[in-house]
This record gives sequence, C-alpha cells and structure tokens, in this order.
Amino acid sequence: MATTTVTRENVEEKVVEALAELGPEPAQITPDATFESLDVDSLDLVELTQVVEEEFGVVIPNEAAAKLTTVGDAIEYVVAHGS
Amino acid sequence: MAAERPDEHRAENGGTARSATGAALVTGASRGIGAAVAAFLAAEGWPVGVSYRSDADAAAAVVEGIEARGGRAMALAGDVAESETAESLLGALEERFGPVLVLVNNAGVRADGLTPTIRDEEWDRVLETNLTGTFRLTRRALRPMLKARFGRIVNVASIVGPRANPGQANYAASKAGVIGMTRTVAAEVARRGVTVNAVAPGLVDTDMTEALSSDLLEAVPARRAGTPEEVAACVRFLASEEAAYVTGATLTVDGGLSA
Repeated sequence: MATTTVTRENVEEKVVEALAELGPEPAQITPDATFESLDVDSLDLVELTQVVEEEFGVVIPNEAAAKLTTVGDAIEYVVAHGS
Repeated sequence: MAAERPDEHRAENGGTARSATGAALVTGASRGIGAAVAAFLAAEGWPVGVSYRSDADAAAAVVEGIEARGGRAMALAGDVAESETAESLLGALEERFGPVLVLVNNAGVRADGLTPTIRDEEWDRVLETNLTGTFRLTRRALRPMLKARFGRIVNVASIVGPRANPGQANYAASKAGVIGMTRTVAAEVARRGVTVNAVAPGLVDTDMTEALSSDLLEAVPARRAGTPEEVAACVRFLASEEAAYVTGATLTVDGGLSA
C-alpha cells in the first residue's frame, strides 16, 4: 500500500496537501499552526491519518493522534515512525 | 487501478438525480431482502457488489438478473463474521467499479433458543455476523465515503431488539446494537455528507423467517407478512441522494406490528 518513501520533505508535502483539501488555505498550513487554529477537527484528523497511512504506511493510533496539536507534530510523528 | 471510468455510470443511468459516482455493496445479497435491495440499487444505476457467504449459485442468479435488466453487478464471496472480509469485498468492488459509496449491511443470521439454552457459540456467531460484521464493513466503507464527501450506509436491523421476542436474546442484542451504532456513527460523519440509517423490518417473507409460526401474523395489523421488496424500497430511499437530511434514523417496516 505504502508507495512513498518517508523523508521529511515528502511527509511535509503530503500533509500540507491533505490538510489543504480539508479547508485551510495552504499559506496558513505551517509547522507551528495548531489544528485548532486551522479549524481542523477530529474527523479531519482521521482523514489525515488515513492519507498518511495509505501514502507512507505509517499508522497513527488514536492515543497518538490525540496528542498531535500542530501540523509539525503530525509531520514529526510520521517521520519518526516511518520505516 | 482497473476502475472503469466513473462518469460512465451517470450516462447509463439516463442522467437521473444521482450524481455520485461509485459502487454499492449489499451483504447477504444472494436471497431475500438483500437480493431485492441489490436489484433495486442496480436499477438506480449503481454497479452493485452482491456479497454472499455460501450460496454461489443464488448470488450468480442475482447478478444475472441485474445484468439482464441492463444493470451491472458482481458476486463476491465472503463471510462478514471474518475480520478480513471487509477489505476483500470493498477492495474487489473498488478495483472494478470505483469507490464504494453505498453500503447496505444486510447479512444476518439467527440461532434461536430461550436464554438458558443459548450456547456461547450461538451467542458469538449471531453477534459476530450481525453486529461485528456490520461494524467492520462500516469502518472500512467510511474511508472512500469521507473522501468523496458522500456516502449512504443502511443497516438492516429488526423490530426485534427495540422490542422483545422470546427465544432471540442473541439476535435482539445484535440488532439493538446495530441501531445504537447506526445513531452514533451517523452523528460522527454527518458533516461529511455521509448518512447512516437503519431499517427495522418486522415479519418479512424470507427463508430466514420461514419457520416463524403463522399465529405471529395475527399480531400484525396489516394481517400479512411484508415482502423483501417492501423493505428494499425503504433501503432504496435511504440510499438515495434525496434522503440527504435523514441520518441516524431507524425506519420501521413492519405492517404496524410495533405501532
């Protein structure tokens, strides 16, 4: 399933792309931006985790997802857990 | 990958109200309510996955019937009580017809007995198929539906569950569970254009209810059993685009039995 190599660049690109599809303006999607400030809700996060799983083969369990507060947190998690 | 052009469906459908493009999956569709639902959804223009557990010939006949009327369908083997079935059914359907945007969880079993006589295996089998199977298919189907911002999940529950029926503690628990799950999942995904509803049939004339005694009929205000088509018509409505604002609901189809 996982098609893309986990590099910081790839993960950033995909996460920003996925978040942009969920509503926020691409310019607002910076590593420091919180999901709350981007109006990204829990269901949006579920969609983001699905994209990440399909793209990189990295599963973000519920407990871990609950601790992600910024875009950077999500990127770091995927980079750290990518094989 | 091998998905056919999604915009084909609309053209074939004569450009009717349905604008979503993708496929429908009906579990337990080789006979009874499931077969009727599969035929109705195919007539609406959906390519339909006709899933079945054991009767391949009956499922093939359902597919042939749909194709004979100009619809598209494929038979898919799979026991919804098995954990890998959701992926295999949806994966196969997605490969041929595109994303699954309508899911009808109809597969169900019963193993009746008064509570002191119900064995663990009989409890587990009914819960695994009717409730856990519905959950797993729902979980998997929500992926394409959330992505598409459109989805219709219709769960075939029963008036048994909300109401008592001695001899069916396991079945009642499973169907009451399905109704509870329907409401919560509906609330979770409503803002994505995905609706989740249930139908609750009463006494319907199918193989599954064959053995039920005729004195039950006297309790039905309509004085007759329902037909699979009468239930399927309700499912068709809940699966339609027009039903977009109906979610978390349970539509009772019982000839007035629980009125």
